[in-house]
Amino acid sequence: MFIDFFYELRDEGVPIGTHEWLLLLDALAKGLHGSSLQRFYNLSRCVLVKSETYFDAFDRAFLKVFEGVEGSLDIEDELLEWLKDPKNFRELTDEERAMLESLTGDELMRKFMETLAEQTERHDGGGRWVGTGGRSPYGHGGEHPTGIRVGGPGKNRSAMKVAEERRFEDYRTDGTLDIRQTRVALRRLRQLTRTGPQNELDIDGTIDETCKNAGEIEFVFRAERRNDLRLLLLMDVGGTMDPYFEPVSRLLTALHEERGLRAFEAFYFHNCIYEQLGRNARLLQREAIPTGDLLRRLDSRWKVMIVGDAAMHPAELLEPNGNIDPRRGTPTRGLDWLHRIKDHFERAVWLNPEPQPEWSRSQTARVIERVFPMFHLSVDGISDAVSALIGARRQ
Amino acid sequence: MANDKAAPTSDAFNRFTGTQGYIASHALVDAVNCAIALERPLLIKGEPGTGKTLLAQHVAEGLGLAIEKWHIKSTTKAQEGLYIYDTVQRLNDARFGEGDVSNIRAYIRMGPMGRAFQSDDRKVLLIDEVDKADVEFPNDLLRELDEMRFTVSETSDEVVAKQRPMVIITSNNEKELPDAFLRRCVFHFIEFPDKALMQQIVAVHHPHLKTQLLDQVLVKFYWLREQSELRKKPSTSELIDWIAVLQRSGISVADIEANIPFLGALLKNEKDTEALGKYQERGGRYPSSWKDLGPKFNN
Repeated sequence: MFIDFFYELRDEGVPIGTHEWLLLLDALAKGLHGSSLQRFYNLSRCVLVKSETYFDAFDRAFLKVFEGVEGSLDIEDELLEWLKDPKNFRELTDEERAMLESLTGDELMRKFMETLAEQTERHDGGGRWVGTGGRSPYGHGGEHPTGIRVGGPGKNRSAMKVAEERRFEDYRTDGTLDIRQTRVALRRLRQLTRTGPQNELDIDGTIDETCKNAGEIEFVFRAERRNDLRLLLLMDVGGTMDPYFEPVSRLLTALHEERGLRAFEAFYFHNCIYEQLGRNARLLQREAIPTGDLLRRLDSRWKVMIVGDAAMHPAELLEPNGNIDPRRGTPTRGLDWLHRIKDHFERAVWLNPEPQPEWSRSQTARVIERVFPMFHLSVDGISDAVSALIGARRQ
Repeated sequence: MANDKAAPTSDAFNRFTGTQGYIASHALVDAVNCAIALERPLLIKGEPGTGKTLLAQHVAEGLGLAIEKWHIKSTTKAQEGLYIYDTVQRLNDARFGEGDVSNIRAYIRMGPMGRAFQSDDRKVLLIDEVDKADVEFPNDLLRELDEMRFTVSETSDEVVAKQRPMVIITSNNEKELPDAFLRRCVFHFIEFPDKALMQQIVAVHHPHLKTQLLDQVLVKFYWLREQSELRKKPSTSELIDWIAVLQRSGISVADIEANIPFLGALLKNEKDTEALGKYQERGGRYPSSWKDLGPKFNN
C-alpha cells in the first residue's frame, strides 16, 4: 500500500522523484508523523509536494491510497513487509535477486531505492520534447507514465527515440532546421542593456578619471550589462502539427539551451488559443493554466513567439465555443484571445512550419497573418522573426 | 484537526507550536517542525499579505532563537548573503594611508547568511521574497544551504556553520523556482483566509465593526477577488485599510450595498479600476449577499 502511494502520486502528475521519497522515509523514521493520519498527511504533503498547483492531485492520490485507513498508521512496518515479500521482485534477474537476498533490512531498502532512483531519473531526464533521453537499461515503453519497470538490460535505445518512432513515423526530413544554425539565429535574441543600479566598478573609467584628477582616486560606477530579454513560447501540438514534430522540437531544444535569456517560458495549445494553455505537450486538463493568468503575470516586455500551422476549421477561430474539444468550449472566440495576446505584449510573432505558399490556401492562416507577423519555421524565417521581435518598433 | 492533539510526539518533533501573536494552522506547525527535524530549508509560499514574513519572526520567537533577515531585491546576488569584499574602502584606505590595508580580512564583511553561520548560537535565517531575485539566484545557494559552508575566495578562508541555522524562505510566486532548489526544501503554502478566518482577522483590527457592515464588506471583497479580469486581487491588508476608510467616512450599510465606495483602497491598478468601470457601464451590478457569489461561499 505504501509504495502504491508513490506511484499513485506520479500517475496523478505530481513531479516527485526518489529524493523526495527518501526524505519522507527519513521523516517517518524520525517518527514525525506521530502515528496520526492527519499528521502523516501534513508531513507527506510538505515534503513531497513543492507547489500548491499539485495539492489537488496530491489529495486525489492520498484519498485513493489511504481511503478507509483511520486512526494510527504503522508505515515503516508495512514498507518493510512489502520489501520482504519476494513476489514484489519477480521482475528482477536472478543475479539481482541474489544480490538483494544477500542484503539485510535497511540495506535492502536503501539498495532498492537506489535502483528506483536510477530508473526514474533516467526517464525524467529524457524530457518528452527535448531529445536528451539517455540510454537506459530500463527503457521498455518510453511513455510508461511512472517510468519504473525493473526489466532486462541492454536495449541501448533512448526512451525518447521509442516514443518518437511510434508517434511520428511519417515525419518529414526536409532539414529545414539544424539545431546549431537555429542557435545562431536565436543568438540575436539579445537586448543588452545597462539598466538598474550602478553597482559595477568601471575600471577603465576609474583610471581615466583618477589620471585626470592628478592621482586622486576617483571612482566611476556603471550598471551591469545584461540580457533583458524575456521570451514566451506558445506551441500548437497534436493533429496537423504532428508531421512538424521534428523542426519544432529542434527549435525548442535550441531555445532551452539558450542560457542567455533573462526568462523563458513555454506553453502548449491545440489548434488555437483559448481560455487555457497546457504546461506540457500532453495538454492535461489538471495541469492547464488560465491564459488570463498568464497575461496578468507576464508584462508587456515579454516577447511572444507562437508556433503553429494556423490551419484549423474556420469555426475554431471565428466562432464562440470554437474549441475542438467540446468540453472546453467557452464564449470567447479564439480570434479574440489572439487579439488579447497581441494587444497585451509589445511584440509577438507567429512561426508557421508550413511553406509560405501554403498559407494563403488556409482561410484561418490568412486571418491570423493579419493579426501577427508570420514567418516560416526555417533558419531564415527565425532570423527574420527575431528581427521583428527586437528590431525597430512595429507600426 | 482536533485528534492531533492527543497524538504522542517525539522530542525531535513538535518543537514549534505557534506563539501568542501568530495563530498557526496544524499543517503549518507540522511543516515547521518537519523542516527543523530534517534540517531542511522551509519554503513558504502564499499570496502577498498572508503573513509569510511574519511567520519567520514568530518561529524564531517560538523557538527562542535570534533571527537574521535577508531581504531579497531584484539586484541581490547570492554572494552578498555570504560576504562582501569592500574593494572601494580598501582602495580608499590605501590612498589615505588609513586602516590595515595589507589585511584583506579587515575588508570582508559577512552577509546575513555568513553571520548566521558564524554565530555561536543557533539562529533562524529568513531569506525573504526569494523570487524577487534573478532566476539563477536560488541555484547559486544550493551548496551553501546543503552543506552549510562556503569559502571566502579572497582569503581562502572557509566559513562553516557552527550551529546549523533554521532557514525559512518566502516566495510570492512571481517566478518559478528551479527544481533542484525545490527538491531540497520542505514546502508549505499559506492559503488565503476563508470567510470565517477573515472575520476573525478583521475582528482583531477593527473590533467594533457592526456585523451587518462586515458582512457587506466581505461580500464585496470576495466578489472582487473572484473577478478574473483583475490584474491585482485585493489582499487582506487592503481589506483592513478599506474598512478603516469606510469607518472614518461614517458610511452606512445601505451605502455599500449597491456600491463600492473608496475603490482606490482596494484596487491599486489603473486598468483594474477601468475594468470595473466598464463592468458597470455594461449594466453589471455588485452583489449584496453571499447568495450572489455562488456555491463556494454558501456551505
